[in-house]
Formats: sequence, C-alpha cells, structure tokens
Amino acid sequence: MRRIGIDVGGTNTDAVLLDGDKVVFAVKRPTTKDVTSGILDALKALRADPAARGPVDAVVIGTTHFINAVVQRRNLMKVAAIRIGMPASASLPPFCDWPHDLAEGVRGEIFMLEGGHDYDGRPIVPFDTAGMRAAARRIGDLGLRSVAVSSIFSPLDPSCELAARDILQDICPDVAVTLSHDLGRIGLLERENAALLNAVLHDLAVETVAAFRKATAESGIDAPLFLTQNDGTVMQAETAIAFPVMSFASGATNSMRGAAHLSGLEDALVVDVGGTTSDIGQLRHGFPREANAVVEIGGVRTLFRMPDLLSIGLGGGSHIDPASARVGPLSVGYRLTQDALVFGGAQLTATDIAVAAGLLDVGDRSRVASISKDMIAAALTDATRQLEENIDRMKTEAGDAPLIAVGGGAFLVPEKLAGVSQIIRVPFGDCANAVGAAIARVSGEVDQVFRDLTRDEAIAAALEIAERKAINAGADPRSLKTIEIEDMPIAYLPGNSLRVRVRVAGALNRIEASREVA
Amino acid sequence: MNEPVLTEITLEDIESLAVGAWILGTGGGGSPYLGLLNLRRLYAEGYRVQLMSPLDLDDNDRVAVVSNMGAPLIGQERLADSRNIARAVEMQEEFGGFKFRAVMSVEIGGGNGTQALMAAVHLNIPVVDADCMGRAFPEAQMTSVAIGGLRPYPCTLYDPRGIEAIVTKVPSWKWMERASRKICVEMGSIASTSKAPRTGREVKDWGIHFTTTAAIRIGRLVREANRLHTDPIAALLESEGGKRLFTGKVVDVARRTTEGFLRGSVAIEGIDDDRGSRLELSFQNEWIVAWREGKAVAMSPDLICVLESVSGHAVGTETVRYGQRVTVVALPAPAVLTSPRGLEFVGPRAFGYDLDFRSVFEERAGAGV
Repeated sequence: MRRIGIDVGGTNTDAVLLDGDKVVFAVKRPTTKDVTSGILDALKALRADPAARGPVDAVVIGTTHFINAVVQRRNLMKVAAIRIGMPASASLPPFCDWPHDLAEGVRGEIFMLEGGHDYDGRPIVPFDTAGMRAAARRIGDLGLRSVAVSSIFSPLDPSCELAARDILQDICPDVAVTLSHDLGRIGLLERENAALLNAVLHDLAVETVAAFRKATAESGIDAPLFLTQNDGTVMQAETAIAFPVMSFASGATNSMRGAAHLSGLEDALVVDVGGTTSDIGQLRHGFPREANAVVEIGGVRTLFRMPDLLSIGLGGGSHIDPASARVGPLSVGYRLTQDALVFGGAQLTATDIAVAAGLLDVGDRSRVASISKDMIAAALTDATRQLEENIDRMKTEAGDAPLIAVGGGAFLVPEKLAGVSQIIRVPFGDCANAVGAAIARVSGEVDQVFRDLTRDEAIAAALEIAERKAINAGADPRSLKTIEIEDMPIAYLPGNSLRVRVRVAGALNRIEASREVA
Repeated sequence: MNEPVLTEITLEDIESLAVGAWILGTGGGGSPYLGLLNLRRLYAEGYRVQLMSPLDLDDNDRVAVVSNMGAPLIGQERLADSRNIARAVEMQEEFGGFKFRAVMSVEIGGGNGTQALMAAVHLNIPVVDADCMGRAFPEAQMTSVAIGGLRPYPCTLYDPRGIEAIVTKVPSWKWMERASRKICVEMGSIASTSKAPRTGREVKDWGIHFTTTAAIRIGRLVREANRLHTDPIAALLESEGGKRLFTGKVVDVARRTTEGFLRGSVAIEGIDDDRGSRLELSFQNEWIVAWREGKAVAMSPDLICVLESVSGHAVGTETVRYGQRVTVVALPAPAVLTSPRGLEFVGPRAFGYDLDFRSVFEERAGAGV
C-alpha cells in the first residue's frame, strides 16, 4: 500500500511517500499563507522523484489549519446553540465560559429546551419537541447556517439530540448540525464547547477540504483523502468536513507516531527538537500517552484528548547566554538562517555551538572558530542537563528507557543521557510528522457508563461498540487492536455503575480504486 | 443585635477561593470550577456577596448550612445552579417558619466551597466565614457540628424537576446520611441540600472559623506564584504551616466503589529528593492515609493534598492519572477534628484503618527539627 503523508506545519509543509512501511522519498517546502499552494509545491517536489511515481492508495494530511482559525479568530461563522436539559443546568448557558471576544464573534442565538437524561437513562423531563420546532423556525428566519446541539448525558442516551436533528432537517434542511454526543465525553460544558467550536468551523471545513482535494487533484493524484486526528488516527475527508475539531493538535501526535514507525519501537520516549522548543513525550503501544487534563483551545475549555507533552525552551535556534552558557529559552525562531552566527548574523545560537563542536555542518564554519572549547562544552552540558531533567520528569517507570530523537534540532541530543538506555536516530527523522500522518490508523472510541454488569462484561460491551465505530470509519476488522481501556467506578451511584472508556485502532482498509500518479 | 462588619467578596477573591477550595478538598468534593462560573456570571449581572465573621453572629441568629450533594461526575452534566441551592434554603425557612441571618457551606473543600456564596446571592444575606469541616469529607456525620453532638435534622433536598423533600427527623447523623442519600439517588444522584439549621451560638461554638478567608488566601498565593513563575507549593507551605511529604510521578491508580464511595489507592514514585522511594495514598473520595515503605506517614484528619508539582493546583482522586507529576503536602487540621471525639468521627478508624492518629506536625515537633 502506497500512501502520501503531508504535514502542514507553521513553518514547513513536509510530504513523504511510503511504500508499505518504507519511506520512498521525503520533501520539505515552506508553508504558504493559503496552505494549498504549499501543499501543491510539496507534492510537485515529491512527484519530481521517479521513485515517488506510481499508484497511490491514500493521501493523509495533518493540519493545524482549524485550530489556528480558532486561536486567531479567523473564518469563523455565527452559530446557534441548542441546549436540551432544562430545568437542570439552567444557570450556565452555552458560551458561558468562553473568552468574550470569541463568543461575541460567533454567538448567534441560544435556545434552552426541556429534556435530557439522568445518568441511569431516565429522562429528566420529556423533550420539548414543540419548543424545538419553534427554535428551528427561528434559526431559519435568522439565516443561521450552522447549529450545535447538546443534551444532558447524551453520551449515554443521544435520543434528544437525534430528535433535535430530525426536526432541524425537516424545518431548515440546509443548516449544518453538530451533535455533541458525536464528539464526546461526559462533561456537558466541555462537550458542548467542542460541538460549538465544530459548528463555527463548518464553512472553513468545507472550503479547506475542497482546497486539499484540489491540491491533490492538480498534482495528478486521484486517491482517497484523509485527515489525521488528535489521537494519531485518520478520518475520511467527508468526516473531516463534518468534524473539523477532530484535527486539532494532530501535529505532535503525528510526530510521535512517525518516530515510532521510523524506529520500529512501540514503547519509548520521544524528543522532537525543533527550532524553538523540544517536545518530550512517551510512546506506549505506538501511540503517545495522552493528557487527562481539560484542554483549552483559543481559550475555550474542551475535553479533546491531546498527547501528554513536556515542552521546554531548547531548540536549534535557542540563544546561548555568553556569561552562563545557558541554552534558551529565548530563540531566534524562524530567523535562524539570518540571525545565527554561521549564517552571518550576530546571535550565538545552539546551532552555532553544534557547528563549532562538529556535530553539524551548516553555514560558514569559520564564523564560529573563535568560540572557546570551554564555552562549547558548557553549552552542550547545559543542553544535556535540560534534556536529562525533563526526560526524567516524563518517564513513568523506573529504569532506563530508549529515546527516539527526531526533528531538525536533534543534533542537540547527545549520544548518552542519564536514564536513557539507547538513543535512536532515524532516517527521515526531520519529517517524522509527515510519516506519522501517512501511517495513521483508523480508530473507534467509546466513553459510557454501564450499570448492573460485571467489570468484564462492561468492558466487553464497550469494546464491541468501539470496534463497530472503527469499522464504520474504514478500519480493517482483522487489524483492530485495543489501544486503551480505562474503567472508573462512580461514587454515590447505585447498581455498580462503571464508566468505561475504550479506544481501538486498525489499519485503513485497502481502498479498491488505487490509481496511477500522472 | 450586633452590627456585624461586612466585607464585600470581590470577584478576584472568588477566583482565588476556587483554587484554594480545590486544594482544601484534599482530593474530593469535585472541582469548584462550575461554582466559579456561576459566580462570575452573577457578578457580571451586578450581584455581590458579603462576608461576615462568625464571631459577629448573635446567639439566636439562624444560619443555613448548604451543600450540593451527589457524585461529582453527575455534576459535570447537571451543572451547579445558584437558584437551586437558594431554593433548598428557602424550603428550610418555610418549614421552620423563620428567616436566616446568614449562610455557610457545610464544607469549604471542593465544589461545595462556593455553594454558600451562590445561595447568598439570591437570598440577599451574608456568608459566614466558617464551615463544618475545614476541608472536604465524604459523609454528613464527618462534621464539627456532628462532633459537637448538635441536632442533625431537618434537612431539605431540592431537584429542579420540582421534587422537594425534607427529612424531618432522624435518630443520628449516620441515619441522616443514609436517608438523605437515598433521596438524592432518586433525584438523579445530585441534589441541592440545606442541612440542619444552626444557631449563631452553635456556629460560634462548633463552626470551623475563618475557612473562607483561608481558602481565598491559599488560592491567592498559588495564583500569584503562577503569575510570577515562583514556587506555589513553597509559598503555600510557608503561609499555612504545612509540610512537604513527597514529590514524584503517579505510577499506579486503582479505584473501586463500595457502598457508594470511591475508594482506592495511588502509588507515586519519587523524583528529585525522593528518588528511589515510593509513596502510596489510600483514598475514600478524599485522600485519607499516606504510606511510605509500609508506614503511615500522614493520615486524616491532617489534610493530605496532592498538587501538580509545577502549578500547585489540586489533583483530585477522580482526576489523578498515571504519569502525572505531583507533590504531596500535609496541612494541619482544625483542632476540633483532632480532639478525641473528633477522631471518632474523622480519624483513621472512621475510615476503617486500624491506626492511632499521629499528626505529621507532632512528629516534626517531636524530632526537634
């Protein structure tokens, strides 16, 4: 199976072609403001290599486009918010915990309707379908084109949200509808926030996916298009149009997954050294360990699962303090090729130290010839100290563990580190992001409360739901693997209530229509 | 009647209270975040809350004691609502035929730390700077007023569907816990409650005083340290006379529910100064006992707080997770809890541990450090 992986980062757009597990070719091109032409450039460069021609089964794109739109408050739509669950949860309406500027920009109208469920499946009160029809008519009258619907305990019983959608489709069929239970987890505000963010991105998602399609088509590639999700798995482009929020923060995940793939290690520490920061994470079963915390996107609390990363101010562009030889946390960032000594600039950077030490051969080496041996040693020692301290903080088990070093600044990682059994450097490590995108798998997830079942029965029931979801999303049923099982008994609930969270992932089902690259 | 000094609680104070109450929650009681959101919204609408000293209460004043009862997980869907908690208080007034002078939270720790403020907004009475736990505990009888042998009834429970219940009489605090818990479960395992009303005299004798200002002070220290990038935990320990127990990474979490409680243990492997050592924490909704090499090094009612090592914010027993980097600290318990009678209600034996209570803080004094 031949796949193209593309990572659209803040600085570079990387593209790789994988044949089976093997990287055939990789290119790096600057990211462009319109994103599309950067992808086009990268794909053209990829195609220029003869080995990269031939059939392509899938194109997988990892992008920060949607999360950036929220952070920068660009290209967002006004939306309607429908909350079903009155008379409970009345005092904290939709948008109540949003940053003022963002809420002002996207808040269309809020509807609070009676309905929703208790944790045990009993309705709180009957769903106010007449109120829902009135809301739908008002949405039509106001000309709002995107709606987010949330209902209390909808992850346990989505029937109110489904009924709301049916009414909306009946009365204003052109409106895009996001249902919170499709995105989520228990936690009404956070789930509703995710649904609202998804709704405000609807137009951008339609445009962006169309642009991605155009870029691949113009490159002569006619293969199914996928976008990577936060958890290192993929969704079909059609799904990405419906759920753009699922692509938030897939970059770090792709990088760690790529490191796993390139090294063949499924359980290891990973350090991705960039120009400004190093991100340290831990792979378990080939996936990054995830943070449990609430994640803020552009100031909005959500419960998306993000990789648990420790980010430190150590990178190729880090300033070196001439007095203490301390590395970072200040950095020249994207101005490395102008500001670093070896490139004719005036700022002593980690890159200059690496060139002076003979670890790296870029720019004009003579410009760093006068740096003292002591200075070089002291700076490298400081970088080592920072890595050792923070790697130790990320480790969850005693004993030495292997470390995979990727990213353009990986030269700063020394050959030996305390607490590390082995340092692994991989070919194409500087394109680990794109490799991670190319190898992304298809997942299914469930987060529900089960009652009156044994723990084993509850987990088995959850696994079955998660597997069905994965298969529906395009996973090959034979390749499904359980990524994570977490069960949590719930205090003060009768009937041995157990909340079970399960995630499974499998390989993309080979798509029939595998076509030649022109 | 005394003319009490009322101080207005600012929104900044409430932001700090939410952080401090979560720390005083000692791992349980749910996050105060939703209460904070309610109060932010109410303050934006122009409402304000006044704080009064318990010492300014007249002996015959009536004080409402409020709490949001139920599972924190349910509270994440059926969100805390200020009007519901106020309604539970009004039910007490209708049943008893009197008006309350002021309101206080049953526990300052966790989500309940903001309930009194939420009720006070709608009742237009001040909040008393006191509570009945000085922290969070899992059961209704684990309070200073139960230790004081005060009357446990009546208790009102309110559900926004229009279900109102009053437990008018019970023989003991334990029976109040059992009877009200049953009603709460029927209401969807969450209910706004107003506990047995207290007199001013009772609050002066048996309330744990100045805990609202303590929570605000603790939260302010942590928030200030976060702003200045200084060590919030060091600041907390210095201000509150606390003791650092352990710094490490969470390497194992085991949870189970029995009799409606979340019980379990967490293992933390040492880093920095504690490298090579391991701390185990046992919990029942809240952190109850800390064990090092099999020896109990801290136990209830001393406050055991698990904090994120960098931010100093609290980590709950429901949110603690494999790999988290945490610092475990102990804070001294209010004197009423460590009295012989107090230990019967909240000492290690009340949670099923065959241990004689030994305070972390006595040990330090004994070692002459």
